[in-house]
Amino acid sequence: MSWLPKSPKARRRLTLVAAIAPVLAIAVALALWGLKDSISFFYTPSQADAAKPPPGRSIQLGGLVSPGTVVKHPDGRVDFVVADKISADKVSFQGDLPDLFREGQGIVAVGAFRQDGVFEAKQVLAKHDEKYMPKEVADALKKQGEWRGDGKMPEYQAAPYAAPAGGKTKTP
Amino acid sequence: MIAELGAFALTLALAFAAAQLALSAVGRWRRSTVLAAAAEGAALASFAGVALAFACLIHAFVTSDFSVANVAANSHTEKPLLYKVAGAWGSHEGSMLLWCLALTGYGAAAVVFGRSLPRGLKASMVAVQGGLGMVFLAYTVFASNPLSRIAMPPVEGRSLNPLLQDPALAIHPPFLYAGYVGMSVVFSLAVAALIEGRVDTAWARWIRPWALAAWSLLTVGITLGSFWAYYELGWGGWWFWDPVENASFMPWLAATALLHSAIVTEKRGALGGWTLFLSLAAFSFSMLGAFLVRSGVLTSVHAFAVDPERGVLLLIILGLTTGGAFSLFAWRAPKLAQGGLFAPVSRESALVLNNILLAAATTTVLLGTLYPLIRQAITGDPISVGPPYFNFTFVPLMGALAVLLPAGPLLAWKRGDARGVTQRLWIAALIAVGVALVSYAVVSPRKALGALGIGMGAWLIAGALAELVERTRLFRIPAAESLRRLFGLPRGAWGMTFAHLGLGVFVLGACIETGWKAESAETLRIGQSLDVGAYHLTLDAIADVDGPNYDAERALIHVARAGKPVCTGAPERRFYPAGGQTTSEVAICYRGPSHLYMVLGDRRDAAGAPVWLVRAYWNPWATLIFLGPVIMGLGGLISLSDRRLRLGVARRRKEQPA
Repeated sequence: MSWLPKSPKARRRLTLVAAIAPVLAIAVALALWGLKDSISFFYTPSQADAAKPPPGRSIQLGGLVSPGTVVKHPDGRVDFVVADKISADKVSFQGDLPDLFREGQGIVAVGAFRQDGVFEAKQVLAKHDEKYMPKEVADALKKQGEWRGDGKMPEYQAAPYAAPAGGKTKTP
Repeated sequence: MIAELGAFALTLALAFAAAQLALSAVGRWRRSTVLAAAAEGAALASFAGVALAFACLIHAFVTSDFSVANVAANSHTEKPLLYKVAGAWGSHEGSMLLWCLALTGYGAAAVVFGRSLPRGLKASMVAVQGGLGMVFLAYTVFASNPLSRIAMPPVEGRSLNPLLQDPALAIHPPFLYAGYVGMSVVFSLAVAALIEGRVDTAWARWIRPWALAAWSLLTVGITLGSFWAYYELGWGGWWFWDPVENASFMPWLAATALLHSAIVTEKRGALGGWTLFLSLAAFSFSMLGAFLVRSGVLTSVHAFAVDPERGVLLLIILGLTTGGAFSLFAWRAPKLAQGGLFAPVSRESALVLNNILLAAATTTVLLGTLYPLIRQAITGDPISVGPPYFNFTFVPLMGALAVLLPAGPLLAWKRGDARGVTQRLWIAALIAVGVALVSYAVVSPRKALGALGIGMGAWLIAGALAELVERTRLFRIPAAESLRRLFGLPRGAWGMTFAHLGLGVFVLGACIETGWKAESAETLRIGQSLDVGAYHLTLDAIADVDGPNYDAERALIHVARAGKPVCTGAPERRFYPAGGQTTSEVAICYRGPSHLYMVLGDRRDAAGAPVWLVRAYWNPWATLIFLGPVIMGLGGLISLSDRRLRLGVARRRKEQPA
């Protein structure tokens, strides 16, 4: 094979490049493809109004659970309204709610809008910590001027269950 | 008083770590054995100080001393003793102390077990380890002191998050940290090698036991965490590609690549620069993990000790240590000697390919984990990257690795014989194809991908056994002679066989579970039932239970298959008054290696009578998912006990004229 470089060092380098290049190409292609399809955007209800994600597209909807809107049906379905200061969306969820799902609390629902405009949640994320606010919800509400939860508390109270490795609740 | 003693010991440990860095660095520069010995003494003293501080923290937890802020926030008088002790590392501050304990502990162990190291290398290593200890101890003392008092102690503590009150989680952090931080010795040895400008087979032999120990412990630690998430969180799954899980998985992948590339460096003197790079990368990923998990920059379902302000400090630590180390690498690595040459078909090439695939997989996981951060920094839109991305990128790369894996150990060094390997593996290949075809034909519902996965698992297991057959020359020489050879195999070989076997077991379990799992959720009145897979579950009763620090509703579920009762499950829904939290206690009915997984949901009222949401999952062969990694970790420990790695062997070898 005369077209190969003569020096053994250069040959080894060439072999190495020949081995790495296809793996790298495949990995990059897979990564880009995967990212295109499986990233989901986060919206609050008013942002969702503006962006109008197409029905069926997986997104995350975050906001506060409006008091008095939670209806638990005997078949396991739960309906509630998630709202920010400007807008509100109806959410429908089949399954077990996070243990600290409460009215007035910040949650993130993962799912997609249906044709009729109701948000069909596949997952509802909330945390065990009653003071916890999902980061995206807190950020969005801060922008709208609704969130004022920055007051400092004594340290052992300020980090109640944010401190232990917990605060986990997700419902499939 | 004891808390003050601990805080004092911790501060002293920080001073000792600083002294360790300074003495060892000056000792290396002046070539002074006295200073180097003093630095080693400081390393031991630093460990003693942290150990004392840790003991004081545990004492404060066991005696429920609520004047210590960390105890007040994470303990409770009614908590069982095990969880009082485990509470010591259940918080940000306490777990950071555990991190420091492991770091200084490894530093002390490296001093004690590193007697055979060349003086210069050892002095540099002790200095770097001291520097790491100093940085993390300074962080713990000044920004996250677990032993600080509060002025107004509460009468009762706020208790540990009930989800953490679980035996698997009590021991999960020590294993995980011992794994994460074990990479620090490899990191220090790599930086020391860069300072000394020498990477050779001896160096690769010195890093091997540390990398092996850390890898084995990390494997077990991740498995324990996954198992805990599986049965404690009640989501029916065992891996969610969550940022926190990825944070522990990336160091593992880097360490796995390191273990393999270090073999090439040790046996053939090649790939020195790459092995160095991986040595730095493994601990850098550990520190990146610590930052990601604690800073809260990524939204995780496992929110752990989130504190953005301290996150910035961790980011600075991460930037300083990894930035410094990789700059040194960029500066010094090109000057390192190149190793031996090898043919495209050889054991070296197989290990290089293993490393390329593992590195690519690590990079895709890193990209997926950090992509939300990158994207938010550029466009400002919060997004999340879901499991489909990881399944789509990681699984094919690992699939390719699994296909090639059995061939690697059968190839000869330097120049391998591809045809010979094919001859030795055709039976294993036949078994794998046979198993895949049979499972495709027999198992219902029919799943092509699942059958392919089963075939892959069988291929890995058969390949590992084929390698053992090859080594013992079974069927070609008398069986007694083969048996004798089997017992004469070096532990390192056994370790590899176990590790590869364990991977096969894991792949088998993961593919069967993913392919054929079933789930069902329904609200049931007492006496009603639901079906999942082939099983019929009847909710027979709900009882109220008084636990030591919780109240619970316990369901009694009778499980039947084809009309015959098989088992009963008693999932609970617990309420912990101390924190006002509710958790689900899963019931698992073991059917051979398969699990029938039951979760009791919340009570609802339907037309006067109460109903409960019951979720059930059929997870076929799920036991193998956790058994496989345990076998892998065991393999690592067996390899660690190999004669070649034991104490003194290297010293004896050094005395011989080379």
